[in-house]
Amino acid sequence: MIDPATIWAALIAVAVLAYILLDGFDLGIGILYPLVKSEQDRDIMMNSVAPVWDGNETWLILGGGGLFAVFPLAYATILPALYAPLTAMLLALVFRGAAFEFRWRSKRHKHFWSAAFAGGSILAAFAQGVALGALVQGIEVANRSYAGGWFDWLTVFSVMTGCALVVGDALLGATWMVMKTEGHPRQQAVRLAWVFGALTLAAIGSVSLWTPLLNDAYLARWFDWPNLVLSGVMPLLVLGCAALLARGLQRGPDALPFLAANGLFVLCYIGIGISFYPYIVPHSVTIWNGAAPDSSLWFLLAGTAVLLPMILGYTAYVYWVFRGKVDPNEGYH
Amino acid sequence: MSGIVMSYQFGTNWSTFADKAGPIVGPLMGYEVLSAFFLEAGFLGIMLFGFNRVGPKLHLFATAMVAFGTLFSTFWILSVNSWMQTPAGFAINDAGQFVPDDWWAIVFTPSFPYRLVHMVLAAYLTTAFVVGGVGAWHLLKNSRDRGARIMFSMAMWMAIVVTRLQIVAGDLHGLNTLEHQPAKIAAMEGHYETESGAPLYLFGIPDDEAGELHYSIGIPNLGSFILTHDWDGAVKGLDAFPEDQRPPAAWVFWSFRIMVAFGLAMVGVGLWSLIQRRRRQLYDDTWLKRAAVAMAPSGFVAVLAGWVTTEVGRQPYTVYGLLTTADSASAVGAPAVATSLVAFILVYFTLFGAGTVYILRLMAKPPEAGESDRPEGPTRSAGLTPAASVAPDKVFPAE
Repeated sequence: MIDPATIWAALIAVAVLAYILLDGFDLGIGILYPLVKSEQDRDIMMNSVAPVWDGNETWLILGGGGLFAVFPLAYATILPALYAPLTAMLLALVFRGAAFEFRWRSKRHKHFWSAAFAGGSILAAFAQGVALGALVQGIEVANRSYAGGWFDWLTVFSVMTGCALVVGDALLGATWMVMKTEGHPRQQAVRLAWVFGALTLAAIGSVSLWTPLLNDAYLARWFDWPNLVLSGVMPLLVLGCAALLARGLQRGPDALPFLAANGLFVLCYIGIGISFYPYIVPHSVTIWNGAAPDSSLWFLLAGTAVLLPMILGYTAYVYWVFRGKVDPNEGYH
Repeated sequence: MSGIVMSYQFGTNWSTFADKAGPIVGPLMGYEVLSAFFLEAGFLGIMLFGFNRVGPKLHLFATAMVAFGTLFSTFWILSVNSWMQTPAGFAINDAGQFVPDDWWAIVFTPSFPYRLVHMVLAAYLTTAFVVGGVGAWHLLKNSRDRGARIMFSMAMWMAIVVTRLQIVAGDLHGLNTLEHQPAKIAAMEGHYETESGAPLYLFGIPDDEAGELHYSIGIPNLGSFILTHDWDGAVKGLDAFPEDQRPPAAWVFWSFRIMVAFGLAMVGVGLWSLIQRRRRQLYDDTWLKRAAVAMAPSGFVAVLAGWVTTEVGRQPYTVYGLLTTADSASAVGAPAVATSLVAFILVYFTLFGAGTVYILRLMAKPPEAGESDRPEGPTRSAGLTPAASVAPDKVFPAE
């Protein structure tokens, strides 16, 4: 059971989850931009994530790079299958990253960079959701490479998961703002969090009901005994998080809505994990036959055992340094 | 940002390479992410925004961590590239994958030390000439400017010292390439035919079809001397290799000459500055300052040309001698690749264009005394660009 491939599958799953949660709220800030009219409020929003967004995105590199390193077969089949959505995501992230650099430098073009930040964030989140949906649908593999068509990723289901992630990231962004800002931006964030909280729950419900219908394996995974118990518990946990979110938005503390929104994400992620296991590419490549040779897995694991705790340590330190509410007079301007 | 793109492009556009070389290249890239990217990105926030929050010593530490991150990054990326150029320490399994046999040999391939030193020195030189060029620009307007004097003087010291080291490193790297990738050297030198006492061609127009260097101007026997340290040494030409194993000579020949020409010009500026420094006229020689301004982008050009030389010179292989570039690509349709390429070119040109404008505006402002102990906030803004030391509306009042 505890072989290096399993350890790595767990590590990469954690890296991807870390990415979804961490970059989720800073993408969410961009997604909310069009709904926030005042450039001053937008400045505060951007400054609340400015010190950490770069580190957050590094988890995406670890997800992709890690897959390349330890599951090269999965990497070599998933990425061509998701060529279009991943390319769109990369371009959107590059554009959005540049907006962080340039927005405060330019008065004349400030609106352009605000739009680039919003557009980049929305497109990146949507593309990630589409890619995830396409992966859940399954990918055709033959002779160690992708064997499907170039638009297999585009279905009603994947568009729905794309929208679901945009809505969910917006919730993360709004609850982050509730936690990190004061006064007008905070009030606005509370309103947005209510709206996107409701939308997120609707999205979770639709995707959860649809997924088991995609194929028999998912159906069996969720509705065979004893898994049925789990299928009953998960919705209850989701409702529990929703209740905490509502409570936090009504009475505080200000960190509670953000934690509850993260809880929703973690539950959805565990749900996907339950559907997938033990496949890394659903229904064609398992964790073990997609893995690199043991010597590659151990070589990287040795260093990871030393470096990952250090990374977690200094990442936590950076968040601690920038803890508390954002000072409107600090940051990029 | 380009790090994210790269870690996905191996899979989207080069998925066969990713599958086959993944067990070796993947972990090296993984180490880059773990030891370099996180370090850089994690501490960047503190470096840029943390001056008021962590105190000067910790801030210096964070800045040093960002610098170490970039250096580690160079180490791992060049390790990957060197393995692809001079593969070692591997076996090939039933699925046709390169699998690791000896990690020490994989990380430290024969060409790795030369490549690493050559590239790190090139990066320092690039920086030296940018800083020197900006300093010279401000000195041309006001030769009393103290900050500009410091910039110019330090950059010129760097130029003198590092160009010398770079010549030695480049020569050793060339000899190493001759040993491991003789076809690349033949293309760099424009040698189509194997011969003893080969000339050093300064100019010529390579013609792969005819297999000769038209209009060549060369110095007799010098080519053999440089490559073999013997005036009559035999030098392999492209004809020593089967036609399908030769790199396209024109690209390699010319990019190499561009790199060397810029390198020699850097040496020249360095020596010139040394002479004027001895004569105590470093800040007064208008032509030296003009030359330094003109040379400001030279590092970028030389680095790009050098990479073209080494990467095109490796063709037709991705893993030298073992896996061809044609066999490395994804089975993605040409229209899809073309579309994504055009999209990347458009986005990068827009962003680099905007970035260049902002950087040039910053450079147009003279350095200020005491800038570094300024209390207000970030001394530098994320990644690409050195930030203004004061509020942007004071820097760009025109807007």
